[in-house]
Amino acid sequence: MSRIQARFEALKAEGRGALIPYLQAYDPDLETSLALLKAMPGAGADIIEVGIPFSDPSADGPTIQLAAQRGLKAGSTLAGVLEMIKRFRQGGQETPIVLMGYLNPIHTYGAEAFCRDATQAGVDGIILVDMPTEEAVWLRPHAEAYGLDIIALVAPNTSHDRLVHVLREARGFVYYVSITGITGTASASEAQLKDAVPKVKAVTSVPVAIGFGISTPEQARVASQIGDAAVVASTLIRTLASTLVDGRATESTVPAVIRQIEALAQAVRSVEGVS
Amino acid sequence: MSASSPATPAQVTLPNSLRSGPDDRGWFGEFGGRFVAETLMPLILELEEAYRAAQADPSFQKELAFYYKDYVGRPSPLWFARRLTETLGGAKIYLKREELNHTGSHKLNNVMGQILVARRMGKTRIVAETGAGQHGVATATVCALFGLKCTIYMGATDVERQKPNVFRMNLLGAEVRPVTAGAGTLKDAMNEAMRDWVANVEDTYFLVGTVAGPHPYPEMVRDFQSIIGTETKEQIIAAEGRLPDAIVAAIGGGSNAMGIFHPFLDDVDVKLIGAEAAGLGLDSGKTAASLSRGRPGVLHGNRTYLLQDADGQIDEAHSISAGLDYPGIGPEHSWLNDIGRVEYVGVTDQEALDAFQVCSRQEGILPALESAHALAHVIKIAPTMGKDQIIVMNLSGRGDKDIFTVAQHVGVEL
Ligand SMILES: Cc1ncc(COP(=O)(O)O)c(C=O)c1O
Repeated sequence: MSRIQARFEALKAEGRGALIPYLQAYDPDLETSLALLKAMPGAGADIIEVGIPFSDPSADGPTIQLAAQRGLKAGSTLAGVLEMIKRFRQGGQETPIVLMGYLNPIHTYGAEAFCRDATQAGVDGIILVDMPTEEAVWLRPHAEAYGLDIIALVAPNTSHDRLVHVLREARGFVYYVSITGITGTASASEAQLKDAVPKVKAVTSVPVAIGFGISTPEQARVASQIGDAAVVASTLIRTLASTLVDGRATESTVPAVIRQIEALAQAVRSVEGVS
Repeated sequence: MSASSPATPAQVTLPNSLRSGPDDRGWFGEFGGRFVAETLMPLILELEEAYRAAQADPSFQKELAFYYKDYVGRPSPLWFARRLTETLGGAKIYLKREELNHTGSHKLNNVMGQILVARRMGKTRIVAETGAGQHGVATATVCALFGLKCTIYMGATDVERQKPNVFRMNLLGAEVRPVTAGAGTLKDAMNEAMRDWVANVEDTYFLVGTVAGPHPYPEMVRDFQSIIGTETKEQIIAAEGRLPDAIVAAIGGGSNAMGIFHPFLDDVDVKLIGAEAAGLGLDSGKTAASLSRGRPGVLHGNRTYLLQDADGQIDEAHSISAGLDYPGIGPEHSWLNDIGRVEYVGVTDQEALDAFQVCSRQEGILPALESAHALAHVIKIAPTMGKDQIIVMNLSGRGDKDIFTVAQHVGVEL
């Protein structure tokens, strides 16, 4: 059983959904982001999404764009990100790690080399924003051979027929992009999620994570209950960015983000409001 | 699946024709595809369907022909550049006068076609990216013509160096949003236009300005621009009784070049040459020559040659010409490069500036700095060819927008 499957089964037994916080690798520098990554499981992260900085993040809003710029300025490369995951794994084997990014750095690294090195480093899944199912063939055979889950993305405007098509080969979990838009901007309402998410669940047996626009503990709680997981990204990066001085990390950088994750985790663990 | 130009529905493509691409998944050999976020997939599938329906609809062809003639001002003349020919002392030089189109460049050919498709789809809001501002002006123009809301994304650097076009777009009723991300040039404007599109999927049509982006844009834009080559073929046969020996066009994303090349792809005796912007020199690290100095990668919806670093981060391009300042190129060019059908050469900023002045003084035409890149190559090769040989150059746009840049480089304050 994969680490992702094991984690979702354990949470099912606990009767709650997952909290998936996000961080951008090398933001604002390697050591700070590694320290943050290492502290996340203790703060209540059930799965962690690690962004791979890219020069042209066309599906991201200003918050994650700036994080990517800081990461690149700090010297991030895909090889460096994999090395960072390797160092994280030296201290923790349980928490699944999913990389998120854009296709070109992976394409440059090479499909097979990436799947091999990523799984060796302890990566469990990959989300590529600009790789729809139709264009996944160059990566999929290698991902399957090495046991790396390609996480499928679906959106509010994905039709039933397309859901069936896209989720036919779903692995790990499904990422439901809850708004038609970019990261860190609008949020879906509870009613919208209650309408949309069951339609996704109806066509797949893998867990559904909800992301984009989740920023408050209450939103995280609701999403983790309607779906199987809540992904929280831009708000954490905003917190991180607010602690920087001249673009550099300060004493309060890691603690501030960790405190916010603790609050989110507490909400996801509360059963309040379950109907 | 063949895709003959809508303007020439009668043309037939042979099974082994170089004109039959892309395949039904949008690939030209190893280039092209549909690398977009899932949120955009339904939109580009819907667009493909709408475009196929338009292609097959005679009333669409008729409507487009009407606007080409009475609004764009087509056909554009093929001008024999007598003085330039005599000065260079070699091949006869013809200029395809796309700068005479309404709004001053070839861009309106594509925009006119796409706006009719957008109207068929019931879209009410148009977004577009622009570099030099020529595509933005063309888009703002048709939005005014049809009463559609128009938002243009333009890199902040380009807003600065193309001020007249920014004001022109404003006069036409469009909102111009400067993009400060990255170096503030065309690729950043493209990113921002895609972000807008993803956030406004219901009512918004993304009007791509060149033969790049996810399928079906490269094919569709090429088809609309192919009117250039189709006319050129008829005109050169009328003037000379034969096809030219060479055709030269400047390459930004590649739309004016694809437009003039495509009808000639199977005429293997016609040499096709694309002039990429070499900026400060092909090996200066400051170029926009994606084919000469890039390698295949994925950006803005397609797999194509890109200027990028060893990690796959996209490099900033550099060219004096805002319309060529893009680190990628349309996927069909990448394929034509790899199979060797088209030759791609680099032309520096300085060579383009020199050619700008030659054209102005010898033919009485201020060329766009983009087009001046093609002319610079013509100036290099014409003297090496015989007097009985013929070169056609695509004069893709007029240079009025560039007089400030040129003035600055020749040390004149306006
Ligand atoms: C006059 C002119 N020519 C050429 C170009 C380059 O674009 P493309 O390569 O798509 O023709 C531009 C782009 O703005 C332009 O304005």
